[in-house]
Amino acid sequence: MPLWTTLEAAPEGPKLGVSMPQESIRDLDISVFPDGTGLPQGKGTAVEGKTQFEALCTRCHGVKGSGGSAEELVGRSPLNGARPDQTVGNYWPYATTIFDYIRRAMPLNAPLSLSNDQVYALTAYLLYLNGIVTDTEEMNAITLKAVQMPNRDGFYSVWGNGGH
Amino acid sequence: MNRSPTLPEDDLQPVAGGGLLDRRMFLRHGVALGGAGLGFLAFDAGGADLPLWMKTPGGPLTHYGQPSPFEKEAIRWISANTQAPGHGVSWTPLHRLEGTITPNGLHFERHHNGVPTIHPEQHRLRLHGLFSKPIQLSLEQLLRYPMISRQCFVECGGNSHAGWHEEPIQTPVGYFHGLASSSEWTGIPLSILLEEAGLQPEARWLVAEGADAGAMNVSIPIEKALDDTLLALYQNGEHIRPEQGYPMRLILPGFEAVLNVKWLQRLQAVKEPLMSRNETAKYTELEPSGKARQFTFVMEAKSIITQPSPGFQLKGPGLYQISGLAWSGRGTIRRVEVSADGGRSWAPAALQEPLLSKCFTRFRLPWRWDGAPLILKSRAIDDTGYQQPERSTLIAERGQRGYFHYNAIVAFAVESDGSLRHVYA
Repeated sequence: MPLWTTLEAAPEGPKLGVSMPQESIRDLDISVFPDGTGLPQGKGTAVEGKTQFEALCTRCHGVKGSGGSAEELVGRSPLNGARPDQTVGNYWPYATTIFDYIRRAMPLNAPLSLSNDQVYALTAYLLYLNGIVTDTEEMNAITLKAVQMPNRDGFYSVWGNGGH
Repeated sequence: MNRSPTLPEDDLQPVAGGGLLDRRMFLRHGVALGGAGLGFLAFDAGGADLPLWMKTPGGPLTHYGQPSPFEKEAIRWISANTQAPGHGVSWTPLHRLEGTITPNGLHFERHHNGVPTIHPEQHRLRLHGLFSKPIQLSLEQLLRYPMISRQCFVECGGNSHAGWHEEPIQTPVGYFHGLASSSEWTGIPLSILLEEAGLQPEARWLVAEGADAGAMNVSIPIEKALDDTLLALYQNGEHIRPEQGYPMRLILPGFEAVLNVKWLQRLQAVKEPLMSRNETAKYTELEPSGKARQFTFVMEAKSIITQPSPGFQLKGPGLYQISGLAWSGRGTIRRVEVSADGGRSWAPAALQEPLLSKCFTRFRLPWRWDGAPLILKSRAIDDTGYQQPERSTLIAERGQRGYFHYNAIVAFAVESDGSLRHVYA
């Protein structure tokens, strides 16, 4: 339902917005997209990520990513079964989401404290625990966007079909 | 059987099974019932001393009022992670409220990492990406923009998720359906800001991001952003509270609450959605086939009887008022029907006016209970013709693992002692 009818013009604003060149947003733009847009410089492997995970993550997410008080990160129970595991490897469609989320939100007691290398390493470790990459496969801006998640085609959009 | 001596017999004829009466009866006779208490209460007005509070000065004037100390039950209940107290929800006590406006202090919460203390002078809203003139704005600047006020509900996609459980949850209505609240939001139509920044035609999504710990982010379809999305600055007349997104948030009437981003700081116009955690791992509904629904933005029509409801007890047979709420993310509630015989027959409830689109609607119906056990249900129909489904229908359609978007008809069994239980019926 539009706010304005065709008979009345939308009110004009005072146009007080301050022009913001793209460079000034660079450090603030922490979005990471499925096509790799936003992935920063840096790299990490699961071997490195394991050390980070044990130091920073197990207290909430459990050893090897399950059994903790926070989200289950690892688990392979089929999605069409009685007890589906909606975990990172089993359910998430894009690996880039892992990077996007860890960098902005984790660890809970110190968000935005991890370096890019740490985030790549932790992402690699989660992918490794979920059986998607090997423990020495390097995750970086090129390789991470190329990772094919098993449940990539597991979603269908309701909005695209008219929203209802 | 109790009967008011002032009502003509006609008005006490049931219009549906279980004692439901004509919805206009109260209007015709202005019958007053004990408000939050149920049923008639004998009032002894004769022969008592004047009360103590008339004989001594009362309390002082205050800067910010608080509820009566005798109303301590009307609070949000908190469900949080003990290791992370800022991570969880607090529920609106719908069973303790009347009307359609949720007081600011009782609007439900959902936070991932607590409520940030944002300094209003330092906060900025930034529009960038597919805009010809990326801009940033301060709160001081935004307060000079044209504003409108709009009453609407905000409902978490995960509201009522206990309804999917095998066993019916036994809890007051607010702690089952209370991740939904309704307020008057005042703010700037987002379309004005998008136009100022020169939104480019190839932009199909806005990635919205909050300034909380965790920078909650989610992709918003451009059609909704240009339609009735508000950049809200005020809630029920005052600046938005910190737990509701101070100093600014998005309001997308009718859409899952996760898209109504609190503490909004950034809108990035893009061609494709970001596929954040909150539109992939969460807020997607797994179906029995193993596939999941995504971008299920619209909160479908729902109704719930708030009085009488579990946790309360009817004081014996007599005349009562059934009261409840209905709402739809598609538009306006057209009709609410109530059953007092487990769904065999239904009667239309009176809907409180004005009827507002995508907003809490209060329904009421007089009811004469004869003391026998029975099952109460309500169902909502919105102005698109959509009807709130029975639980069995919803489960047949979606399975039971979807977690989000539970909007099935809810049934309460009234026992002969006047207590109520949530049942699947």
